[in-house]
Amino acid sequence: MQVMAQAQTVSAAPRAKGLWWRDVIGIMLIVICGAAGYWLFPDNLALLTRIVAVALLVLSIDLIVGYCGVATLGQAALFGAGAYAAGIACVNGVTEPMTLIAIGALAGATAGLVMGAIMLRAHGLAQLVLSIAIVQLFHEAANKASAYTGGSDGLAGLMVSPLFGIFEFDLWGKTAYLMGFALLLLVFILLKFIVASPFGMLCRGIKQDPVRIRAMGAFVFPVLLKMFVISGAVAGMGGALAAISTQVVGLDSVSFELSANALVMLVLGGLGTLYGALIGTIIFMGFEHMVSAINPFHWMTMVGALLIAVVLAAPGGLTSLAEKLRGGKA
Amino acid sequence: MQTILSIAIDALAFGMVLFIICIGLSLTMGLMRVVNLAHGAFAMIAGYIASYAARDLGLGYAVAIFLAIIGTIIISIPLERFLYRRIYGSPELTQVLMTIGITFCVIGITNYFFGPTLKTIPLPQALSQPIDVGFRTIAAHRLFVIACGAVVAGGLWYLIERTSFGIKLRATVDNAAMSDALGVRTQVVYAISFAIAIGLAALGGVVGAEFLPIEPYYALRYMVTFLVVVSVGGAGSIPGAVIACLLLGFIDTTGRYLMPEFGNFFFYAAVILIVCLFPRGFLGRAQ
Repeated sequence: MQVMAQAQTVSAAPRAKGLWWRDVIGIMLIVICGAAGYWLFPDNLALLTRIVAVALLVLSIDLIVGYCGVATLGQAALFGAGAYAAGIACVNGVTEPMTLIAIGALAGATAGLVMGAIMLRAHGLAQLVLSIAIVQLFHEAANKASAYTGGSDGLAGLMVSPLFGIFEFDLWGKTAYLMGFALLLLVFILLKFIVASPFGMLCRGIKQDPVRIRAMGAFVFPVLLKMFVISGAVAGMGGALAAISTQVVGLDSVSFELSANALVMLVLGGLGTLYGALIGTIIFMGFEHMVSAINPFHWMTMVGALLIAVVLAAPGGLTSLAEKLRGGKA
Repeated sequence: MQTILSIAIDALAFGMVLFIICIGLSLTMGLMRVVNLAHGAFAMIAGYIASYAARDLGLGYAVAIFLAIIGTIIISIPLERFLYRRIYGSPELTQVLMTIGITFCVIGITNYFFGPTLKTIPLPQALSQPIDVGFRTIAAHRLFVIACGAVVAGGLWYLIERTSFGIKLRATVDNAAMSDALGVRTQVVYAISFAIAIGLAALGGVVGAEFLPIEPYYALRYMVTFLVVVSVGGAGSIPGAVIACLLLGFIDTTGRYLMPEFGNFFFYAAVILIVCLFPRGFLGRAQ
């Protein structure tokens, strides 16, 4: 037993160093993928920008589900809050894109605070149901407040002024894509630091055993609420980015379907690594783009089968599968 | 007065439809601890079968209901055997994902075979006309649905409280390992109660088609409603499910009648309030 513990500490030290390098390599890979997308698919930049916006949403779910262990099917409420806040601000004369992103983040964080305060009161199934009820309530509210949100017609006519006063948002979406990608990269690096901080470790501890963490003298509720706020800010930025790039905010940005799809993307990629969120989003949305063009119902069958296969064969998602394969080789 | 009465009848009938479908889900969740989001998918399959039998083959309504229930149970058996058994006792997230996957598959496959249109189940002559009950007339279909709900509630109560199968069922719910040790074949109990739950979903899907129309996204659209009803009532409790269905049916119907511009707003506001006040539902057991 003692030998084993020693072996673990010995192997843990170089591994931490290796992880640091792995993150640098991982981020460089993301940059390469982003640049490749820009050069290879110049006609599909709108789709790529959409992928970036949804990737922010999926990252925000990973913070809650993957790091805190709180199951949620209502994350689109936070995404939609950011999208609508940015949209309404833009229609009312605030057209500076970075300010709009900040407004989206703020709105998302506020919505995250409310949602966390409600959801964290319950556990297990009741928590899941609460998250669904909240996103449906947001959906109804956005639908009914049509004076501000445009209701089911969507909020259209967002005229965003050039980024930094220089780069106009062109028809091909080059500026939107590059801005979105830079934002994603920045958020990703920031989140990597957050989840590696003592606060991030505490969240993981709570995921594994909340009773024990409480016994050790930490307060569980404020920690989780803080994570909810961070996650809300990330999701809100995603929503604001989607609003800026498409210049329209639809009711589908606060739908249960978007929440469920985003959760599926996360699980497909793998929980609790942040990389899984990106990989899952790209694979899911890429396939969706191709298959649903042929027949949307084939797409549903495929996603369903994929989900069942992931749950049965690779509960940790695709990243864990890759890890396993590499572990087998080594 | 007239409005209040028609709201009351509609609310009661809608609540009963919810009850027939949700009590099956409540059984699965209370007994087998499986968050079965695909429950609505089984009701949808039943609706498609009944529609095919009654409209395209021209069979009677009763025959269509019977075929729908039997057909749906037959479809569900391999699913239980090969998919559900693997997720008994898994964390909620796993169960949710697996059952959402099953729902997506069901939606995709049924629409591949039957086409993306709204399916109607033609009512027989006796049910489509209004009935005079003395002080006013009521649509016969409403009365039929209410009667179905009452029969299901009474039948389930008798099955669970008064028969030897009910005793085994309750024992398995309380402590599966111990009842297994005492000679109850829990696998069989699970399989039978799963079949009963699916059969009830099928029945509710067919008789409730007037309230919850059978359409391609049926399983997804009402998935949330069913789950919400069960968690409000408390998983595994029949009286809890009755209270939750009648209350939520009442809130939903009244909201739609009096303030249609708010849609589902009151429904979900009430749900948030109730779940915050009763985290285990009205009559749910402590875990």
